[in-house]
Amino acid sequence: MANEYDVIVLGSGPGGYVAAIRCAQLGLKTAIVERENLGGICLNWGCIPTKAMLRSAEIYHYMQNASDYGLVAKGIEADLAAIVKRSRGVAKQLNQGIGHLMKKNKIAVHMGEGRLTGANSLSVKGEKGEESLTAKHIIVATGARARDLPFAPADGKRVWTYRHAMTPSELPEKLLVIGSGAIGIEFASFYNDLGSEVTVVEMLDRIVPVEDADVSSFLEKSLKKQGISIMTGAGVEDIKVTDKGITAKIKDKAGKVATSDFTHVIVAIGIVPNTEEIGLDGLAEMERGFIQIDPYGRTKTKGLWAIGDCTPGPWLAHKASHEGVTCAEAIAQEMGNTDVHPHPLDRSAIPGCTYCHPQVASVGLTEAKAREGGREVRVGNFPFIGNGKAIALGEAEGFIKTVFDAKTGELLGAHMVGAEVTELIQGYTVGKVLETTEAELMQTVFPHPTLSEMMHESVLDAYGRALHF
Amino acid sequence: MAVEIKMPALSPTMEEGTLARWLVKVGDTIQSGDIMAEIETDKATMEFEAVDEGVLTEILIEAGTDNVKVGTVIARLAMEGEESAPPPAPPSEPAQTASPPAPAAEGPAATPTARKLAEQNGIDLASLTGTGPKGKITKEDVEAAIAKGGGSPAPSPTPAPAPSASGERIIASPLAKRIAADKGIDLALVKGTGPNGRIVREDVESFDPASAPASAAAQAQSEPKPSAAPEAEGGAPFTEDKLSNVRKVIARRLTESKQTVPHFYLTVDIRLDPLLKLRGELNAALEPDGVKLSVNDFLIKALARALIRVPQCNVSFHGDTLRRYERADVSVAVAAPSGLITPVITEADTKSLSVISTEMKALAAKAREGKLMPHEYQGGTASLSNLGMFGIKQFDAVINPPQGMILAVGAGQQAPYVVDGELAVATVMHASGSFDHRAIDGADGAQLMEAIKQLCENPMGLVV
Repeated sequence: MANEYDVIVLGSGPGGYVAAIRCAQLGLKTAIVERENLGGICLNWGCIPTKAMLRSAEIYHYMQNASDYGLVAKGIEADLAAIVKRSRGVAKQLNQGIGHLMKKNKIAVHMGEGRLTGANSLSVKGEKGEESLTAKHIIVATGARARDLPFAPADGKRVWTYRHAMTPSELPEKLLVIGSGAIGIEFASFYNDLGSEVTVVEMLDRIVPVEDADVSSFLEKSLKKQGISIMTGAGVEDIKVTDKGITAKIKDKAGKVATSDFTHVIVAIGIVPNTEEIGLDGLAEMERGFIQIDPYGRTKTKGLWAIGDCTPGPWLAHKASHEGVTCAEAIAQEMGNTDVHPHPLDRSAIPGCTYCHPQVASVGLTEAKAREGGREVRVGNFPFIGNGKAIALGEAEGFIKTVFDAKTGELLGAHMVGAEVTELIQGYTVGKVLETTEAELMQTVFPHPTLSEMMHESVLDAYGRALHF
Repeated sequence: MAVEIKMPALSPTMEEGTLARWLVKVGDTIQSGDIMAEIETDKATMEFEAVDEGVLTEILIEAGTDNVKVGTVIARLAMEGEESAPPPAPPSEPAQTASPPAPAAEGPAATPTARKLAEQNGIDLASLTGTGPKGKITKEDVEAAIAKGGGSPAPSPTPAPAPSASGERIIASPLAKRIAADKGIDLALVKGTGPNGRIVREDVESFDPASAPASAAAQAQSEPKPSAAPEAEGGAPFTEDKLSNVRKVIARRLTESKQTVPHFYLTVDIRLDPLLKLRGELNAALEPDGVKLSVNDFLIKALARALIRVPQCNVSFHGDTLRRYERADVSVAVAAPSGLITPVITEADTKSLSVISTEMKALAAKAREGKLMPHEYQGGTASLSNLGMFGIKQFDAVINPPQGMILAVGAGQQAPYVVDGELAVATVMHASGSFDHRAIDGADGAQLMEAIKQLCENPMGLVV
């Protein structure tokens, strides 16, 4: 009976541990397999520690601008090692928290490298040897890792992935960041705040390319003002690594190739799913390494499920967590539970956030996507400069943009740049899930004085009724 | 200054009743027109509408209490400003609960219940005339607007169910409601797949009216599968279907009609041969124009003309008022997949037979596809139901309130008949009118039936 489970979850990131907890809540005998740290990448080497580091950078930024607020601050310094140490401490705290959650929910934890030995069995190679586990259902939640540049694999010294960028032993003097998605931009922002000279190279024609075009252009202007060099439509053709730095051959958007020297480079060009050596062969449909699933997480093999970054995107922790819940409930349902009602993820209501400053947050369709197919839209826009709280906070940079279907009033998308927007976006996400129209948003009373009032004004503006601008 | 709310008398002879359910709770602000409670007697369950306004401070009789004597204080309201006497229990006044006094909120004057009902059923209050005091729009006015007349032995559904005290609210997301209104989709026919059966956008967008019976039936079975042939208590095995919203409303309205409307029935025989001959001639003459008149088209016109000739029968009953209509709009019963529905032919008294025929065909097609818009099945000053195609000889239909009458016709059958003093064979059709005795007296009903007979047997009168 030991090592025999109802469900085994392979991987304990935000997808895996949440799936395991939900399984346990539903009364299923659950185990989780983890080869590194409970909490996976997000908790230990991703979302959480980077936010801790960005917080240090944010406060450093405020300290440097203390006089704006009538404060005097002298001898301001940033202690990189201490910043890193704090972020490691935060990660550690949460990692221990996951351990407690596993215990609380009576989820068996098997530390070691897991590998499928069939549709219903796993072998786990841990410190103490190998053990075999079987389960009625297995959820693959092995996540993903950073993609390498073929001509410059990460060495942790001069060529960094996010992992190395989070535990720097020195502050890069001249930093090249390849890729302007959330990860690239966040590190660019962080290191720029701490004093590095940062250059961002993006292959597409604008930074943060998944965001609305207005967000990309606003953010680019803002980051440039902060001293970050940005090259869009540009590609790094080659990198030569020396012990003093790197030399990068960059082709700009005009097609001109030039070489530049940097001390370090962060490669943030995307992710690769961890699905190669886990015994999946033949058990699941794959596409470019991602496990293909139905809306509930089922693979083509009965009893085998997959969630999170090892499946098609968006590759976000909260998406993985929701998939984990849905998957757990679908499994429970298959096992006879008639009270659960798993709901597949509504992909149009998954928010995305970038924690540089100014922050970026969005949900739903960009204006361009909304207009596709000739759909008539109404667009609202409200600038931070029109908001009392923003001005009082000294954070008057940013805007909130909303996109509505002109015919039905459906909220199609919301796009925000500015202070704290990552905390604001949930309002629109809740609205989308409730299938709000502009009417309900207009009727909602937002508290004053807050930044959130701009969410209201943006909706009003979409209908030509903004009050404060 | 507390106002005492007392147990009302729902009929002159009521002495006591059961306080079945409270629909408000302590702390609620009560406005006149709000339904406060359901009161049950052995005869009926009635909604108790508030007359006074204020904040409910005390409930003195718990829900489910039997044998509450009329006049017993059941609750207290706290009011600001003047006191007003608690509603007395007036004799023979179901109107007491039907038309609340007191001024209204903004917009056209309407009771809150009427307002809510109108909003949920897509009815523009501005298009209604209120029958309450000072022209205030009451719940009954809105219900009348929803109703499409046409009772018959088969239930006639009100596709927009009233959110009555029994809680027939349709739960749908704002977006779903808007899209449904835009597309003229009746939310009562849509199966909700959202949380707690909420209708969400997806449900409305994938709504296929042709499969509405399937969805209505599926909705009826949406509770964890019907038990496969369980044994009854020592009886025959059965499967249990939960009633759809549409069926629930049919059940409620027809029960109300039978329980509260004093029906009386008058039958006449109509010799159909002249009408059938004329019909043949007209159809032959108009064939190039694609006109094909049915017997039913003639009957619609006949009923409409008769109603204008005998205006005392072209009425609707509203508690303490009677509405006399200035034209005849006939609600015509049509069998649709989801149940009987009654599209309305407006101005049937002045429209020509060919116009009536064309309109009827279009409406019937729409009805069968579940695509009737509310304005197409709401209203009607009287109804027509024809079961002749099923070989029914004669039947008595159920009045659809607030209409005053409904005409039920059977099959035209060959039968021995006295024509000009001699026995002959004629095509005889039995037409039966059901009348609301509160609104129409026997003699008036008889005059209407006479007029219908006369018009049908002298069909040239229907041609103009």
